[in-house]
Amino acid sequence: MTQTMTQLDALEAQSVYILREAYRSFKDLVMLWSIGKDSTVLLWLARKAFFGHVPIPLMHIDTNFKIPAMIEYRDRFAKEWKLNMIVGQNVEALKNKQTFPDGGLDRIGCCKKLKSEALKHTLSGEWPRRVLNHQTCEYDIQENGQAFTGVIVGARADEEGSRSKERYFSPRDRQNDWDIAEQPPEMWNQFNTDFAPGTHIRIHPLLDWTELNIWQYIERENIPIIDLYFDKGDGKRYRSLGCAPCTGQVDSTAKNVSEIIAELESGRFANIAERSGRQQDAEDGGGLETLRRDGYM
Amino acid sequence: MVQLKEKEIKEKSGTVSQRELQKMNIVIIGHVDHGKSTLVGRLLADTHSLPEGKLEEVKARCAKNARPFEYAFLLDALKDEQAQGITIDSARCFFRSDKREYILIDAPGHIEFLKNMVSGAARAEAAVLLIDAHEGIQENSRRHGYLLSMLGIRQIVVAVNKMDLVDYSQDVFNKVQQEYTEFLSQIQIRAEHFIPVSARNGDLIADRQKNMDWYEGPTILQALDEFQKEAAPVDQPLRLPVQDIYKFTSQNDDRRIVAGQIETGQVHVGDEVIFYPSKKRSKVASIEAFNTPVQTESFAGQSVGVTLAEQIYIQPGEIMFRADEPAPKTSTQLKINLFWLGKEPMIFNKRYLLKLGTSRVPVWLRKINTVLDASELSTELNRRHIERHDVAECVLETLKPVAFDLTTEIAQTGRFVLIDNYQIAGGGVVLDMATDQIDLTAEHVQQRERNWRRSRITSHLRQSRIDQQSTLVIISGPAGIGKSEIAQLLEEKLFDAGKQVYYLGLQNSLLGIDSDLSNENLRDEYIRRLGETSHLFTDAGLILIATVSDLAEYELNVLKTLNQPSDTLVVGLGSKTLSAGLLDLELSSAASTEKAATRVADMLTERRYLPEYYL
Ligand SMILES: Nc1nc2c(ncn2[C@@H]2O[C@H](COP(=O)(O)OP(=O)(O)O)[C@@H](O)[C@H]2O)c(=O)[nH]1
Repeated sequence: MTQTMTQLDALEAQSVYILREAYRSFKDLVMLWSIGKDSTVLLWLARKAFFGHVPIPLMHIDTNFKIPAMIEYRDRFAKEWKLNMIVGQNVEALKNKQTFPDGGLDRIGCCKKLKSEALKHTLSGEWPRRVLNHQTCEYDIQENGQAFTGVIVGARADEEGSRSKERYFSPRDRQNDWDIAEQPPEMWNQFNTDFAPGTHIRIHPLLDWTELNIWQYIERENIPIIDLYFDKGDGKRYRSLGCAPCTGQVDSTAKNVSEIIAELESGRFANIAERSGRQQDAEDGGGLETLRRDGYM
Repeated sequence: MVQLKEKEIKEKSGTVSQRELQKMNIVIIGHVDHGKSTLVGRLLADTHSLPEGKLEEVKARCAKNARPFEYAFLLDALKDEQAQGITIDSARCFFRSDKREYILIDAPGHIEFLKNMVSGAARAEAAVLLIDAHEGIQENSRRHGYLLSMLGIRQIVVAVNKMDLVDYSQDVFNKVQQEYTEFLSQIQIRAEHFIPVSARNGDLIADRQKNMDWYEGPTILQALDEFQKEAAPVDQPLRLPVQDIYKFTSQNDDRRIVAGQIETGQVHVGDEVIFYPSKKRSKVASIEAFNTPVQTESFAGQSVGVTLAEQIYIQPGEIMFRADEPAPKTSTQLKINLFWLGKEPMIFNKRYLLKLGTSRVPVWLRKINTVLDASELSTELNRRHIERHDVAECVLETLKPVAFDLTTEIAQTGRFVLIDNYQIAGGGVVLDMATDQIDLTAEHVQQRERNWRRSRITSHLRQSRIDQQSTLVIISGPAGIGKSEIAQLLEEKLFDAGKQVYYLGLQNSLLGIDSDLSNENLRDEYIRRLGETSHLFTDAGLILIATVSDLAEYELNVLKTLNQPSDTLVVGLGSKTLSAGLLDLELSSAASTEKAATRVADMLTERRYLPEYYL
């Protein structure tokens, strides 16, 4: 046995450490699962950290405009992996047609309603949650759920600007605000796992991973990733997943994980933003910081 | 000189794409305005790591606005751009040399940002420290050097910048080099190179021009490529700080897994291991992992899980090490070097939280030996508090023993952070075990006894009335071995003999006084309450019988101290968790309940807690 670790080994060990640290420190812990590649890798890392189990509930914010295959995929693996699956939604906004596809709002406003607000109020427990019942395989409505004080998120530093200033454990105050300048320090393997009443902490186990690392790990571990990322013959595929009306595909003939890796390594996308298919980013002039402050990552 | 490779040769090994170019984190530090951003901008430009056309675009924009072009503007421009997704930013820049991929961490030079500098530098494997040749060594040149040393960053290159402003003078360079070398040697750092550069002109960054022919050493880029990737410390003694103990029984998984990340050394199935501070022993039965082939050994850097041959009660925060290797230290007194970043100064008589390895223990500042002015490296004595940005040598005292190493022996388990007001407010390294042992629990008991209000009826009066001497009898041993049966029978025997006795079942105290303690990690509080409860019973003249699973030595000390002035007797049942010297009576687990209870009662008589004629 060689006693050296590859870069993926080191990233995995660090993320596992962070997940275990989070699990140890927060009684009311939740992990956001967007069904995309990053948070699916995160979910896989949780299975690594907890030896095949996922003792942390997963939360998906369903905007109701997600690509339908995403919901099928979510429910399939939630059952297969016995996940404690929680789904949140802005039922009110959907009912009142306050959305972009319904013409009620612009893209950013729609993101705010269907993602930021839904996330905020589902995390706090103010809005009802739908919880997967593994006996009936249906979602039960849960009212007055506990507020989550630790939220695990699959953000990566290389994704876009404001994220690279994140810490692994990043405190948010009562207003969900994120004071970038006043963040407490982090050093070695010691994180800010204590939190004042009324505040909560965002935890970022994937902060040091790059898009390439994610795909390399998916390949190495053979993680069942949703096939929207692959070209199915028309020379197009999704590089980043979101709501159907606002997520475009990229031109690519990558049909499987190793072809995606080859594509990324070739530098084809080197100067193209990963989220370039996401229309709302363009509309906001690039600053996702507003949405982030509102709590949507 | 360096060309960004169009395409890396892709190697395949198994199903995994192994184009794993080495990555290295470098932190760039220096006093404000000494040229950090300019240096980073230059490195990116001269290694062709900028997005196509970026340089021209920024230059053209400057020309249009009649502003002189600055390489530092590149970073600002990239910052705007990265908001749209390109992977470069001011906090971290990615670039690539022929040898490897670099992540440059730009650490703010302003003192207000020291905590960001620390966070950045703590992730780095090496550092480039900038000094302005014209301005010379400034406060933060020294402070940052000091912090690097404490953070354990040993690979450092010093760039003496703005050489163009001093006519590329070798004398000026030599003077800075000499002065700063002297400073670094005081803090046990040796810089790999001093490099004279002009970041603005790109001289000796990635390329070599003619201005400084007197200098023959490497350029900045060459010096970066010379840095060594630090090998994982597999050859040091094993240190596995226990992060958690998992048992997913509800998922039909009966494994009891001790989880953590190995800091140093290696562990194999079959290794005899010891946990500090509890001093419990066991053997590694298996190494557990998900979606990997069966493993029989693990080494430094890996996040692992092990199962043990003997089920012993250990807690998160302990350090697991190998019985055949040097042990860590354990103490409640640490002599440390600390840098303080908290908004509020660190003061005496305030409770902080110490995080060392995976342990989290309440801690107090006991003594300040010296406070060092990091910028001048002068020391102050007789300080009563530690202020923001101070570096201090001091003594801490923890509520209960912690396991650790000295920083000079094993750096990974010889460093810690302190929490104040929910946030990391300081960090440091352990220099030594402090010698003057003060015992916080003993101090508390002294105070308690001094202020305890009583009537004229003393504990002694009570005891002589019922003709017995009060005591706490602890029956300890592994869980589920029949401790409570013995305790109950003993209670009956003594009761039947007319003694005042009470059996306190664990279950009962959890139902009542400890009902707020849900988590097993709160065992320390449970022990404390048991100690205080015992004190009430024994003060009332009773013989109290309690059972505790897997008692650790320091837990026993806490119980004994809290139960003072009455005595505490320990009966060990079939266990090796406490060393024999601490036991008043050792019972084999094979003995019948009847025989065991009788032996305890006999001991109480022998030791005159009961009159001889009791039975
Ligand atoms: N003459 C000269 N000026 C420089 C050099 N490097 C940086 N500067 C200038 O020093 C100032 C501060 O540089 P900057 O990189 O922003 O410093 P930082 O605060 O350390 O990031 C800018 O005006 C730069 O143009 C150099 O090599 N020569």
